[in-house]
Amino acid sequence: MKRYEVVIGLEVHVELSTKTKMFCFCSTEFGGEPNTQCCPVCTGMPGSLPVINKQAVEYAIAAGLALNCDITQQCRFDRKNYFYPDLPKAYQISQLYQPIGRNGGITIDTELGKKTIGIHEIHMEEDAGKLTHIEDGNYTLVDYNRCGIPLIEIVSEPDMHSAKEAIAYLEKLKQILKYLGVSDCKMQEGSLRADINLSVREVGAKELGTRTEMKNMNSFKAIARAIEGEKKRQIALLEKGEPVIRETRRWDDERNASFAMRSKEDARDYRYFPEPDLPPLIISDEWIDDIRNRQPELGDEKMLRFEKEFGIPAYDAKIITSDKYLAQFFEETVAICGRPKEVSNWLMVEVMRLLKEEDIEAEEISFTPVQLAKLIEMIEAGKINRTVAKEVFEHVFKENVDPDEYVIEHGLSMVSDDGVLQSIIEKVIAENRQSVEDYRNGKTKAFGYLVGQTMKETKGKADPKMVNQMIKKILDQ
Amino acid sequence: MMDITSLPALVLGNMIKNREISVVEATKAQLDAIKQREPFYHSYITVMEEEALSQATKVQKRIDAGELRKSALAGVPMAVKDNICTKGVRTTCASKMLHNFEPSYDATVIERLKQAGVIILGKTNMDEFAMGSTTEKSAFGASKNPWNISHVPGGSSGGSASVVAGEEAFFALGTDTGGSIRQPAGYCGIIGLKPTYGTVSRYGLIAYASSLDQIGPMGRNVSDCTAVLEVIAGHDEKDSTSIHRKELDFRKALIDDVKGMRIGVPKGYLDGELDDEIKDRLYSAVKIFRQKGAIVEEFDLEMIDYAVPAYYVIACAEASSNLSRFDGVKYGYRTPNYENLQELYEKSRSEGFGSEVKRRIMMGTLVLSESYYDAYYRKALKVRSLIKQNFKKAFENVDLILGPISPRTAPELGEKTQGTLQSYRSDIYTVSVNLAGLPAISFPCGRDKKGLPIGLQLIGKEFGEKDLIRAAYSFEQAVGYERPTTLREGIDIVNSQETQMHPNNKSQD
Repeated sequence: MKRYEVVIGLEVHVELSTKTKMFCFCSTEFGGEPNTQCCPVCTGMPGSLPVINKQAVEYAIAAGLALNCDITQQCRFDRKNYFYPDLPKAYQISQLYQPIGRNGGITIDTELGKKTIGIHEIHMEEDAGKLTHIEDGNYTLVDYNRCGIPLIEIVSEPDMHSAKEAIAYLEKLKQILKYLGVSDCKMQEGSLRADINLSVREVGAKELGTRTEMKNMNSFKAIARAIEGEKKRQIALLEKGEPVIRETRRWDDERNASFAMRSKEDARDYRYFPEPDLPPLIISDEWIDDIRNRQPELGDEKMLRFEKEFGIPAYDAKIITSDKYLAQFFEETVAICGRPKEVSNWLMVEVMRLLKEEDIEAEEISFTPVQLAKLIEMIEAGKINRTVAKEVFEHVFKENVDPDEYVIEHGLSMVSDDGVLQSIIEKVIAENRQSVEDYRNGKTKAFGYLVGQTMKETKGKADPKMVNQMIKKILDQ
Repeated sequence: MMDITSLPALVLGNMIKNREISVVEATKAQLDAIKQREPFYHSYITVMEEEALSQATKVQKRIDAGELRKSALAGVPMAVKDNICTKGVRTTCASKMLHNFEPSYDATVIERLKQAGVIILGKTNMDEFAMGSTTEKSAFGASKNPWNISHVPGGSSGGSASVVAGEEAFFALGTDTGGSIRQPAGYCGIIGLKPTYGTVSRYGLIAYASSLDQIGPMGRNVSDCTAVLEVIAGHDEKDSTSIHRKELDFRKALIDDVKGMRIGVPKGYLDGELDDEIKDRLYSAVKIFRQKGAIVEEFDLEMIDYAVPAYYVIACAEASSNLSRFDGVKYGYRTPNYENLQELYEKSRSEGFGSEVKRRIMMGTLVLSESYYDAYYRKALKVRSLIKQNFKKAFENVDLILGPISPRTAPELGEKTQGTLQSYRSDIYTVSVNLAGLPAISFPCGRDKKGLPIGLQLIGKEFGEKDLIRAAYSFEQAVGYERPTTLREGIDIVNSQETQMHPNNKSQD
């Protein structure tokens, strides 16, 4: 078999998190009753006219700067014409000729080191409505709430060569956009959607192969599967001596396969032309400078600062700064209780585990840095041991309890009263003569057993160090 | 009681202010006149009798409460072209496609007029989606010229021109994309003013060609039009193409004095297709302006021949996109017979649009398609910017440009619908003004042998409305205003046939 190389470019649609829509004043809130967040403008009623949302432009510029793009200062909107019931004007206001950003790129980490993925362009556009096909009734319902929500489309260069690279690029993109606060990037709510342009060619070939465009992936995992699936499908075709057809395909994650939607032959002619209802958008140097000066510290910078300022390992810094909210949580917690490494451990281990378990994003965490700081201080002060602390933290995370109160209410304070502990240990020793015998005969394992039994008797509340010392003292008498 | 319907709008406004007549009386008188004349002129698509009377009562209360003292037009009944959205009142664009469409909102111009206490009588007939120059392309049947009801009133704002000349309203709003205010005003012997692009908000105007459309007043004299312009002009945050203009006090320009004004007549406008009678009247107008102290000279205005093709490419391109939203999905006409989405689109649009609209959509679709974009659309944009530059150059030497509006006077009904190319070419004097975004005013200047009005136009530089108003006002002082013969002599009932207002009564071609 020949050796093949896969070439991937991504088109990522990101909903901007403005409060109002791209060209009117309707709310962009997710999940409203159908058709309650619309007006004559976003439903394309005759006579209505668009007015550019300045905040959306500002977000697009901020994204452009963070993705190292040149900002087009003579920016313009164009109409993309096509008929579909989710598009009430029968054209989408988009950008073809003068997109807001061009010639950018971001750096990702790969197994072979750092790599730059080029960004061809960023353009602004408006989202379409949502269609719900009612199979039984043989009709379709239209919800225009999403219609007119501002989007940016980030078009990469075909610089990626594996699913891993594509996912690394997407993770990085998501991280940057979230740091900027321009989008919440929630794939499940459709605020981040990616289309895959993929082709394969023999290793060493200069020409690109025929590419397909794949749509309808709703998670990064699905994207990785779609890339693998499409790569295999195209290679199989070439191996059989059949051509790859240039077409748009729909990924079906459940069936783990893609299906042709439309080929290039019946590709639409969108009849793009400059939107006459909107004058050119002039972006001044001052405006760009102002936005640049207000850019927040992004992940990469923050990672280096965390290493330096808090003395935590590079690995910790990378993980904690991978998410804006996690990084913020870290800084705020350290500001209260100090002990950066300890805070970092809690975030990297327990918090990350519970986020995954609960399937939520860091910004959805309900408890505050004050609660985590209290917990850490309680451990340091010897009020609870680590095992108890983990148990308490789970309740802090899930039920937003106050750790102090929880420990008191559930009697979880460490048993550090010598007298109480002494009598428990004596009881354990009396009940486990055999283990004592074994220990004295050189079986050190028996010692651990006795400690464990003692911890069990105290319901885990004893200070393990103290228990160790006390048992040793009794046995060595 | 005297027949007040022939009075100028400002005179009526004054009488209302002085309590010589109530708003309800004035409105009733106008509604009565509509009932009497409409069978002959057929200029309204919708008459809002109830709404007008209830508005009249409300406005009278506002006047009695001491409001509206500054509004010169408070209580004056007027008409609106049927492509301007009126909340809760059907707005059809004279198309079967929108025969039942009731907007959920008022256009900005309507809001402003209502604020000023104006009474809206109804919605006037027009060529379907403002595409045409005779009003015969209306799906509701053709309107008639009050000067001779076997002739067209022009178009596309033919209904508005007809109601003003025929005294079925004191003034009206028209829209001008390639001459659609000025040409019918000229055919009907009234004043029509097309403002500088961006002066009047387009919010609520159902777009034909967005970069060319502009709403403007049509009235029986320059002062009335000027007063209306003051109400409707001004920046609107809902229209991104509307301009922040200072000095909207247009009535200050109502001065009978053109001494030293430089008026240019493009030589290219005088040869070719222009009718001799119109040329004669143009020369007589030159004489009048000179007598009043203006400096009038002929000059070369380049690119005249390219204006019409460039206009049709750009207007059709924009129209093909603007009219895409009429797809039978959300409102308006939907075909009763369809099997799937594609058929719903195709049949609704094929059945809902008239032939001229379909022709322009097809032309626009062609010129925007990937393979023709550069050859047509891009080239037309270049021509457009050259035309703009040429006007700019011309206005370095002149204050105003004087010229005809159309090569001939109002044609007979049914005459012009053949030979589309010729009808497109007759837009030669008007379309370049829209391409350049300039203001222009059309005004009557005598009549031809058949007794039909001859109209002329003055074109101003960008934001030059005051110059236009001043010159047209001065000219009007010299020539006066003539009422249509049908009104003076009584409408000839025997020679006219009634036309049913019905959306299925399609135009001829």
